[in-house]
Amino acid sequence: MKLKSIAAGVALSLGASVISISAMAAETIKVGVLHSLSGTMAISETTLKDTVLMMVEEQNKKGGLLGKQLEAVVVDPASNWPLFAEKTRELLTKEEVDVIFGCWTSVSRKSALPVLEELNGLMFYPVQYEGEESSKNVFYTGAAPNQQAIPAVDYLANDLEVERWVLAGTDYVYPRTTNKILEAYLKSKGVAAEDIMINYTPFGHSDWQSIVSDIKKFGGEGKKTAVVSTINGDANVPFYKELGNQGISSEDIPVVAFSVGEEELSGLDTKPLVGHLAAWNYFQSVENDANTAFIKKWKAYTSEERVTNDPMEATYIGFNMWANAVTKAGTTDVDAVEQAMIGQETPNLTGGVAVMNKNHHLSKPVLIGEIQDNGQFEVVWETEGVVAGDAWSDFLPGSKNLVSDWTAPTKCGNYNTESKECIAAK
Amino acid sequence: MRRLFAILCCYVAASMVSVQAQEPVALTGDIQAAAMPETTPEKAPETVTSDSVETLLTKLTAVKLSKALPVLEKLETQGGAALLPMFKSMLAGDLYYIKSSKAVIAVVKADGKLTGRTVLGNQDLGVIEKKQIKKIRVNNKLRVFLRQAIARLQIGAPDAELRLLAVKTLLNSLNSDTVEILNSARASESDEDVRNMIDLALALHQSASPSSETRYAVVAVLADSLEKEARNKLAEIAEQDSDKKVRLAAAKALKKINERIEFYDFIDQLFFGLSLGSVLLLAAIGLAITFGVMGVINMAHGEMIMLGAYTTYVVQLMMPNAIEYSLWVAIPLAFVVSGLVGVMIERGVIRHLHGRPLETLLATFGISLILQQLVRSVFSPLNRQVASPEWLSGSLEINPVLSLTLNRLYILAFALLVFGLLLIILRKTSLGLNVRAVSQNRDMAKAMGIKTGWVDAMTFGLGSGIAGIAGVALSQLTNVGPNLGQAYIIDSFMVVVFGGVGNLWGTLVAAFSLGIANKFLEPVTGAVLASIFVLVFIILFIQKRPKGLFPQKGRAAE
Amino acid sequence: MNQLMRFSRLHGDSKVAPFVAILVLVTLLASMGNLLMPQDSVFYVSTYTITLLGKYLCYAMLALAVDVIWGYCGILSLGHGAFFALGGYAMGMYLMRQIGDRGVYGNPELPDFMVFLNWSELPWFWQGMDQFWFAMLMVLLVPGILAFVFGWLAFRSRVTGVYLSIMTQALTYALMLAFFRNEMGFGGNNGLTDFKDIVGFDLQADSTRVTLFAITALMLAVILVVSHKILQSRMGKVIVAIRDGESRARFIGYRTERFKVWLFVYSALIAGVAGALYVPQVGIINPGEFSPLNSIEMVIWVAVGGRGTLIGAIVGALLVNYAKTKFTAIMPDGWLFALGALFVFVTLYLPQGLMGLYKKMMDKRKNTTDGGSGPDDVLSAPVQSSAKGGDV
Repeated sequence: MKLKSIAAGVALSLGASVISISAMAAETIKVGVLHSLSGTMAISETTLKDTVLMMVEEQNKKGGLLGKQLEAVVVDPASNWPLFAEKTRELLTKEEVDVIFGCWTSVSRKSALPVLEELNGLMFYPVQYEGEESSKNVFYTGAAPNQQAIPAVDYLANDLEVERWVLAGTDYVYPRTTNKILEAYLKSKGVAAEDIMINYTPFGHSDWQSIVSDIKKFGGEGKKTAVVSTINGDANVPFYKELGNQGISSEDIPVVAFSVGEEELSGLDTKPLVGHLAAWNYFQSVENDANTAFIKKWKAYTSEERVTNDPMEATYIGFNMWANAVTKAGTTDVDAVEQAMIGQETPNLTGGVAVMNKNHHLSKPVLIGEIQDNGQFEVVWETEGVVAGDAWSDFLPGSKNLVSDWTAPTKCGNYNTESKECIAAK
Repeated sequence: MRRLFAILCCYVAASMVSVQAQEPVALTGDIQAAAMPETTPEKAPETVTSDSVETLLTKLTAVKLSKALPVLEKLETQGGAALLPMFKSMLAGDLYYIKSSKAVIAVVKADGKLTGRTVLGNQDLGVIEKKQIKKIRVNNKLRVFLRQAIARLQIGAPDAELRLLAVKTLLNSLNSDTVEILNSARASESDEDVRNMIDLALALHQSASPSSETRYAVVAVLADSLEKEARNKLAEIAEQDSDKKVRLAAAKALKKINERIEFYDFIDQLFFGLSLGSVLLLAAIGLAITFGVMGVINMAHGEMIMLGAYTTYVVQLMMPNAIEYSLWVAIPLAFVVSGLVGVMIERGVIRHLHGRPLETLLATFGISLILQQLVRSVFSPLNRQVASPEWLSGSLEINPVLSLTLNRLYILAFALLVFGLLLIILRKTSLGLNVRAVSQNRDMAKAMGIKTGWVDAMTFGLGSGIAGIAGVALSQLTNVGPNLGQAYIIDSFMVVVFGGVGNLWGTLVAAFSLGIANKFLEPVTGAVLASIFVLVFIILFIQKRPKGLFPQKGRAAE
Repeated sequence: MNQLMRFSRLHGDSKVAPFVAILVLVTLLASMGNLLMPQDSVFYVSTYTITLLGKYLCYAMLALAVDVIWGYCGILSLGHGAFFALGGYAMGMYLMRQIGDRGVYGNPELPDFMVFLNWSELPWFWQGMDQFWFAMLMVLLVPGILAFVFGWLAFRSRVTGVYLSIMTQALTYALMLAFFRNEMGFGGNNGLTDFKDIVGFDLQADSTRVTLFAITALMLAVILVVSHKILQSRMGKVIVAIRDGESRARFIGYRTERFKVWLFVYSALIAGVAGALYVPQVGIINPGEFSPLNSIEMVIWVAVGGRGTLIGAIVGALLVNYAKTKFTAIMPDGWLFALGALFVFVTLYLPQGLMGLYKKMMDKRKNTTDGGSGPDDVLSAPVQSSAKGGDV
């Protein structure tokens, strides 16, 4: 019988979470923050959590929204992908948040997505990603491949006269898709197949000797060569170190990276990297009043040595747009806010205006920066105007006929322009 | 395209004049005439206006990055060799200007202070405040120009190596002017290597000659070189030359070169394998002691490596102005730090789990989690920046296709040194004797009066300390972050088990053979499959020979 | 409750029955709470809680799998996550095929990730996975065969103790690397996700979720009872004998490696089933499940609950995971400290886990009343002394 009592105790302790009390009146507007605070992604995502908290605090100082104060609800999905789904459900059903800012990796977004769609939540996703997605419940404020990869390649081809290409990436969906798109794009520009070298390495790859040596050989065959790097996170440091040690300078073979920002460089001695490139929609070094003010606030909120980066700007834009949309809609109701979001304009931090398009992606400028020895980027090139984010790439056979339009009457994330039907509606 | 052409022309003209300034070799007017008409009208005036060097320098402080190239070109034209120091410091990113006076200066950081020098007179300006000055920015395009300009200006340098470098830099920017420079340089060249390099450059230039005899001779010159420019040119000739004889000769030469390259590639790969092996050896050797000799599974071994790497970071923080020597301080310190933590773990936890290897495994795994989180809390989860000393950067160039990176070379030597020292400790010292005695027969050793507890603690400390040293070495290759240890723990175990537990030589052989196998598989299968194959191989191997390559013999084995 | 107890006592044995009864009762209450109660009722059980409970029960099943071989046979597998994940992938592949043309590209044949990687046809190992029975067969076969091959090779060559642990860890690590590769055709890092329905039922419907949860509970109960029976049988006694002294058992004349292989396969099957039930409930399977860290965490669930007691494994899994959910919400940074300390504390001070502690307390009390211990004690007796004479 004693066993029964202990087991009953277990059941009871489990039951503590069973009885959910949903009597809380909505006196505040709840903002969910779904960023990993522990595990491998904590390095990047903690920064975004702090950004959202800073924005919430600031909004509250301005008097909140719709006369209510904002309340941030922070959960920790711990870099564990299934937990993203679980925590999304927790935020939407238990905490009943009005909006979620969250996710970094593609897989975390893919994990949370079905729950968001099931429970009709609203999420802002602030990181550059591979595209090929447009959900009614998600706003993508990071760059799509055409807002980062393609302009970067254009810059290399036109300004640096690059003719041979190494597409090096970590083996996951973002590099795979980006490289597929770039390969098709380069071939459409007349680059021969033998002038494109594609290489994938596992996460956290640390022994780059052979690959860098291959790149060196590939680049030594007479034509100007560049590396387009979608190498992720931890693998970058040994990669750049090996480049430097094997004597490949940025003048010989420039490397343009899509996943290396100020935050990543802060863990690196950048002296050997000077001159290598990165393509983003934002750099901390951009001189602009809004940016200066933002950096000042950020340093005051955290500490002096912290840097700002592109996903932070994306969070900043997303948050401001959401605040505006809520004001415009007069409610936090997801459907109303979703419609109010489309067409929202808000100043970005590089001196222009970001516009939310019908496909839930932003129009943003694209900047190319060279790494400096102080860990910052120097902008060497930027697009003339803004580039509209393309949810479905025109360079992939599977998606070239697809468009996304969330305004009436289409209201569809994957509308096939050929068969004139919405795939999701089938 | 037009812009590029204009730049090229400017540059042609500029480099020409610079020769004039440098040495009074008369330039034939027709070259100038050939170059000038092609210059696009809007650019032409810029090349002829002659500002003084001082005004040009002032201009450099105000001009936009994209417009800086013409200014530099004019500077080279006007200033010539006098501007060498300025170009060099600009290339290094040390060129600044004083905000108030717009004077361009070179700034050097030493002992945490910035000291300035004038770029023209090389006058010492003493200590300079950071807010007084602003950096003159450079981008890749300017760097390419600077490098070539420096090469042009250095072709008469007294140091043969500098001259060699200068000629090499000019290899891929050959035109009639550079050839002119090279020709005149060759006449007075005393160093053979430089002369050969000049010959190569001249041959490259002559490959476009209309005479097939000349081209045939060119092929003969190119055939002896491993430079990539020579190889590319040969490939081009072999494919496109109008004369069959020349084509065949080029193809033959190319084949020969490729054979040589293949051989060097093999050596290269062998070196990569040895280098990977040395990293594995460093990571595993501490484990070989704790696991192999003591029979203790230390899952926190990776974290001992991590602590060593963080020790390097802290040492560099404490001596920011002596990065060159920081590693020499870090090595003993890392040994002590990791060793002490090791002793603490042994005394605090492992001792109580004696003879229960599976429990030891779990407990030390718990410790590894705690240590990781501790580092995360103390140092932040971000990777930390560990600088490489100057002497560890770069590579040892044996020939144009084979160069061994210095850091890996040093680490290879270091790993062997550590291995040798460890062998000596175990063989020749009384601690070593005690360790061997305890590992062979604990009870008997105890009966002989050996303090087994003390020996255990010391052995564990030694193993952990060596892991710490490995951390110092790894900090030069990879990220210093909380996950550093995790990346190496499984590999380390594989090495020790594969080599045979309790046998240091086995660990050595296992580390190098796994490293080499991995590197020879990689080009065929890709990096991921290579490591999977190696893992699967070890798993199968252990099923066949559970005691590894070199099983320990005797009673202690079971 | 009492009647249920009496019923199970008549038909089962006294140790497992009450637990099964509680399990069934909680499942019933939670299910009814979700489906029948209105949302504002105090007895309403949210879908969030149902999926959470479902996940915990899958983990409990997994812990049971680890306990069967570790607690009873002394084989410490640090790679059970591999079997779990393989079962999960088999289920995930079935669920992927069920999406049909409802994927974002509307391709009736290929899953989305294959479409955007420009694959033109389904790889051979995806064939047949659209059939439920076939997929379920794979859930059992794939982990089973892997366990058989690995176990047969390892136990026949007498790879034991820590060597075996390290090898199992290498196994799951190699599989993780392999599944991370996009060329493998399992969706790479993203794994398989965005499932729509299972055997015709909408996965997002509350009723489906509750059913899945109930099936998980039922399976757990069945596996618990079956495992208990096996371990109480003559075969179970041999297994425990192998744990306590393999050489001795071998000398008596038992082919110990056969027992070990079959037990290992049985355990892998349980893990595979747990994985298959886990995937539709959490909605995603990806190579992260293969990570060595996951596998080693399972071991700590068992250690906390008390190895060598089936119920201990389940209790440990539930408790540690519940603590994890709560703890990470309050103090994200502290969780690893707590988990690490738990490892050290349990191995140092609670080698028998919570069940051992409970038993000790019970024995103390029993000694004052009657004295002597029950017949089942052989199963929870001093766990394994694989010390090899003190040296090595």
